[in-house]
Amino acid sequence: MTTPGTGKMTQADHEQPHSKPEGERDYWLDKPSNVDRLVKRFYAVCAVLLAIDFLVPKHSPFRIEHYWGFYGIFGFIACVALVLIAKELRRVLMRSEDYYDR
Amino acid sequence: MIGELSPGLVLVLGAIVVPLVRGHVRAVLMLALPVVAFWQLIALPMGQLGAVRAFDLTLVTLRVDRLSLLFGYVFLIATALCVVYSLHVRDTLQHVAGLIYAGGALGAVFAGDLVSLFICWEIIAIASVFLIWAARTDRSFGAGMRYLIMHVGSGLLLLAGILLHYRHTGSLAFGALDIKSPGGVLILLAFGIKCAFPMLHGWLKDAYPESTVTGTVFLSAFTTKVAVYALARAFAGTEILIPIGAAMTAFPIFYAVIENDLRRVLAYSLNNQLGFMVVGIGIGTELAVNGAVAHAFADILFKGLLFMSMGAVLYRVGTVKGSELGGLYKSMPLTTGFCMVGAASISAFPLFSGFVTKSMVMTAAMEQGHFWVWLILLFASAGVFHHAGIKIPYFAFFAHDSGKRCEEAPRHMLLAMAVSAALCIAIGTFPDLFYKLLPFKTGYRPYSLDHVVAQAQLLFWSALAFTLLMRTGIYPPELKSTNLDVDWLYRSVGRRLVDAFYAFGDQAWTGLARGTTAMASWLAGYANRHHGQDGIFGRSWPTGTMAFWTTVMLGAYLILAYI
Repeated sequence: MTTPGTGKMTQADHEQPHSKPEGERDYWLDKPSNVDRLVKRFYAVCAVLLAIDFLVPKHSPFRIEHYWGFYGIFGFIACVALVLIAKELRRVLMRSEDYYDR
Repeated sequence: MIGELSPGLVLVLGAIVVPLVRGHVRAVLMLALPVVAFWQLIALPMGQLGAVRAFDLTLVTLRVDRLSLLFGYVFLIATALCVVYSLHVRDTLQHVAGLIYAGGALGAVFAGDLVSLFICWEIIAIASVFLIWAARTDRSFGAGMRYLIMHVGSGLLLLAGILLHYRHTGSLAFGALDIKSPGGVLILLAFGIKCAFPMLHGWLKDAYPESTVTGTVFLSAFTTKVAVYALARAFAGTEILIPIGAAMTAFPIFYAVIENDLRRVLAYSLNNQLGFMVVGIGIGTELAVNGAVAHAFADILFKGLLFMSMGAVLYRVGTVKGSELGGLYKSMPLTTGFCMVGAASISAFPLFSGFVTKSMVMTAAMEQGHFWVWLILLFASAGVFHHAGIKIPYFAFFAHDSGKRCEEAPRHMLLAMAVSAALCIAIGTFPDLFYKLLPFKTGYRPYSLDHVVAQAQLLFWSALAFTLLMRTGIYPPELKSTNLDVDWLYRSVGRRLVDAFYAFGDQAWTGLARGTTAMASWLAGYANRHHGQDGIFGRSWPTGTMAFWTTVMLGAYLILAYI
């Protein structure tokens, strides 16, 4: 659902269009190509961090920690799970903003 | 040094003078108070001081050791930062309540006996609720009431526990307590309410976000950290705290992800950080307790910093709802920077404070072989980066441009944030200096190659998850909403039960009234039938009736005489 070329989140884009005041200067982050470049560099750092995991001696008593890239993969899965579960929880937990005021 | 005077009392006595002066004089006085109290603190010798005799009890109002000193330092630093941050406030209520609250917290930390602790416990509860009410909204009034009920309840449990403990042991010393002894459970529960244990945590996410811009910063520093101190003092090594703490780290982060009010997100994340401390206290080894109290120290600074940055947004924009913010880095670049330092610290980035404090608890869990606890803490570490480290700065300052433009935060707020940020970085960069303040010497070294790489992997790949979920549109958008939490039990279910009880009482009363009326009208009708205008006794004059009854009586008398 990414809006082509902007590289920004989409759902909010559709609801609330960018509303930069007229005549204001463009900031570096306002340019989608800059954001894309930033994100690509970030991906590269992630890849490097996982790649150098071979070189690091491990001392943990837990075997799982000695697997290659454990922390990176665990962090990724943990966060995806966290967000997806929290999103589902909204079905049960979410009420209108003035729920307690009525 | 001013005799054996508690540094807390310096603040409380100062708070009494504050309403008598105005303007710049008041500002100078309020800035001077934490400085004087700090000077008093560092002049105090180690040991049990400030003995007060009350009835036949000896109370120790000043127990100075490494544990109480550590909390004393950070409470006074926090007080000074809060005072600087709130220099623009022209509200005597908040000035007085804030200082008494901080003084009560200091008093609790230095209390050497349980009675002094109880007195300070109550001062904290009552002074802090005025900071919530200071927002002067209907919501803050309700939230403050609920907060007060919980904290007065905590005080009552503490008092009952102290009395049982005293009867059993004959001692009022505030030292290690046994959870199995009479009173021990009650005292633990009292601490648990203040520490926002799971299911007792409703007040925290309910009340803190309803306070004023500056009130929330005050609140985030003291109440829960006093509870952490009390737990570390009394219940170190109590194993039940390990699962309790682990649950505290994990469940609030789900709420934090979907919460829209960014100060409420921070309240959830405060709850999550308390979990790490509680786990450390539960493990109870020297390294674990060091980790717990060090993390409390660091948390006061970085959580205060995050609340300050969101407070600045609220002050300038008028809202901290994620759904209405975005793009504020253009208007508030310095606040953005400070917020990101706080975010990096809470997420435990290398060179920031959380990295050198939280890892002690993690390592202790590992050394003691608590595999599942360690895994939950790791999950919570990734989660805290997700909701506090990324979500807070991203939705407030970046994300889509909300079009809102405002001034940068006022100078005194920027100063308070700058000093907090500098302290976060100093602790993270020079941990050895900071470790010298901790209660135990453990020789722990946070900066090893595997630790730095592991943490960097964890954080970067968590951020990668966020980026991908954002760019694919899977990430749940910020929505105007309320999410049901444990406070729903008393704000909705409990309220309905009370309403039903009243409705029942109402109906019972109406029924009773109706029944009585019916009976009365039947009686009146009966009387009317015989004594009314057309009744048999109403037709003649009253003398006629009298003559009738006299005849009846005389007749009866005559008959009885013959029997």
